[in-house]
Formats: sequence, C-alpha cells, structure tokens
Amino acid sequence: MAEVPVGAWLHAVVRDADPATLAAIRGMDGGPVRAVSAAGLVAVVSSASLDEYGEEPLRRNLEDLAWLERAARAHHAVVEALARRGPVVPARLATVHSDDERVAQSLDARRDELVHTLDRLTGRGEWGVKAYLAPGEVTVGTGTTGAGGVGTAYLRRRRAQLTAREERQQVASAAADAVHVALCEVAVAGRRHAPQDRRLSGASAPMVLNGAYLVDVATLPSFTDMVGSLNGRHPGLHLELTGPWPAYSFVVEGPEPALTGREPG
Amino acid sequence: MTAAQPSVVQNSGQVLPAGHEPANLGDILERVLDRGIVIAGDIRVSLLDIELLTLKLRLVIASVDTARQIGIDWWEHDPWLSSRARFPVEPGPRDPQEVDAERRPRVAGRARRDVELEEWDG
Repeated sequence: MAEVPVGAWLHAVVRDADPATLAAIRGMDGGPVRAVSAAGLVAVVSSASLDEYGEEPLRRNLEDLAWLERAARAHHAVVEALARRGPVVPARLATVHSDDERVAQSLDARRDELVHTLDRLTGRGEWGVKAYLAPGEVTVGTGTTGAGGVGTAYLRRRRAQLTAREERQQVASAAADAVHVALCEVAVAGRRHAPQDRRLSGASAPMVLNGAYLVDVATLPSFTDMVGSLNGRHPGLHLELTGPWPAYSFVVEGPEPALTGREPG
Repeated sequence: MTAAQPSVVQNSGQVLPAGHEPANLGDILERVLDRGIVIAGDIRVSLLDIELLTLKLRLVIASVDTARQIGIDWWEHDPWLSSRARFPVEPGPRDPQEVDAERRPRVAGRARRDVELEEWDG
C-alpha cells in the first residue's frame, strides 16, 4: 500500500510557543500539535492525513455534521489553549497545507500583517455580548366592542397582538443599537454579527444583538460593569456575556464601517 | 451599580454568577467557520454557508447531550421535520448517526402512524 501523504492543518499563528505548552495541547483527532517556525513567527499545526483532510475527503467530511462538530471543537480547543498564553491569530477552519514547508511560506508571505495583528491583540480579549428579547407577554385589551361578531373581534385582537409584537421588536432593535454603541465606547473595537437563529442559539427568545468586542484586560471591569448597567437600563432586553474568546472576530482589521459606532447617539 | 446582572458564561466551562452551559457549539461554529484569518492553504474547500449550516445544525445540536438537558426538542414541534420521517436537508450522504439513532424510535413510530392515517384516508 502506498503511504498516505500527511499535510498540516493550521490552527493559529503566535509569536512563539514554548514546547511544554504545545506538549500539553491535543490537536485534531486527539493527536499532538507542533510548531512550524518561520519569519519570526510560529504556526501551530496538527498532522492531517490527506485521506481524511485532503481536498476530496475534506469536502465530504465538512458535510458530515458529526465530523464538523468534532473538527470545530478540536480546532477551537487548540486556539483557546494558545490564547491563554498570549495573543493568537486563529486560522479559519479547514486551512490545510500540503506540508510544513508550505506553512512556512505562508508565514513569510504574510509576516507583516500577522505581526501587526498580534501586536494589536496583545493584552486584549474578545467578549461576546448577545441581547435577547426579554420574555414578556404581548398583552392586548380584550375589548369586544359590539359590532361584528366573534370572528371580527378575533381578527381585531389578532391584528392588535401582531402590531404590539412588531412595536416591541422595533423598540428592542433600537435598544440593541444603543447597547452596541455604548459597548463600543468602552471596547477597543466592536463588531456586530448576524443574530443567531433561535435554533442555533438554543434560546427561546429571539436574538437582537450578536456583538463581539475587543477589550483591554485593564478595562475589562468597566466593560462588564457596562454590560450590567445596560442590562438594567433596557428592560426589554436580556443581555448575555460570553468570553474571553480568542480574538476570532478581530484578526481582520475591519472595514465593516456600517457596523461600528455609526451614529453619535 | 444596577441590580440586574447579565449571565456570564466562561468558555472554560466555569460560570460566573449563575449556572449555564459552557461555550455552546453554535458560538464555536460561528467563529471557526465565519471568522478567523483566511490563509490560502493548498487544500481548497468551500466552507458551508453559515445560514445553510444553521439549518443543518439543528440536527447536530440535537446530538449534543446538553440539548436534552436544556430542553431543546424542536424536532418534535418543527412541522418540516415532524411531518415526514426524513431529514430536510440531506443533499449528500449522511447526517450524524447519533441524531439518527436518537430519532429513529420516534420517527419509526411517526412513520407508522402516517401509514395508518394514509390507510384510513384512502
């Protein structure tokens, strides 16, 4: 049998990685991770047998949700373990090179950008803030004013309910904008991602804000205080704070001008 | 400050004030698929579009044991799923077997009922 070629699955780029740290990290399929050093940077990679991680198998495997879940969790676990030690530039899922030499070439080619990004992320973490529509009944008066009979009364009531719900959502979406703007003032940078589908978030309430914020370690207390006080200030929303995350949302210096601090107040 | 505190979820699985599950799969997938730096590898694949994935994810998330603990049982109520004994998005080969296995008894029951109903109708 011909030997299956082994590629390199890129997890992340760091400034340097101490061997003891790497030895404690499990990579893809529970295997070890290793460092590929070039251009004064270190890429942390897992060996990726090309019969599973080659182009054709990978395309198939990414469609297999159980495989995707395993891969996503394994990849994220490596990135997260590295992020506990210092700034890290996470690679998007399924970045596979045919060998270490090619990984080194990528580091060389993108050195300036990577160094700049690592500098920008130093001493900072990503925090997620989601806002959900706070649970609350849409209460509408059940005034059944004479004319029209039961059917008409029902339709009228139904329409009023729908209007009330729409209004509640508009209020919530304005509140979500305000929350984002306020958080951007305390954070180094903020990004608004598409709200997650309810079935993805697992929450029973609709999500109206799915924000990511890059926060200086030193100002973290002000940031979390701000989240707390915004939560109190907007009773129509329920805020949820997650983190610290590796700075997935901030490795590309964001254009996205429409989403950051777009309005004064 | 204010009395109302948001729930804080630590990715380590540790929770600050109130109990909550660790970083959920949806959050992780959203980040690893949609964000992170794009470095052209030698192997080129297109990742699933996150919206399409959301549909498919309903199936994966059901396979995570926490789904039950936190009471996600949407597949029971989703007319799309529950009206047929088939997965909705299945262009290719397989959906996760765990989900399959979990659903099989129910699905089989439902399929049987459907057949019975059809027989009554026809």
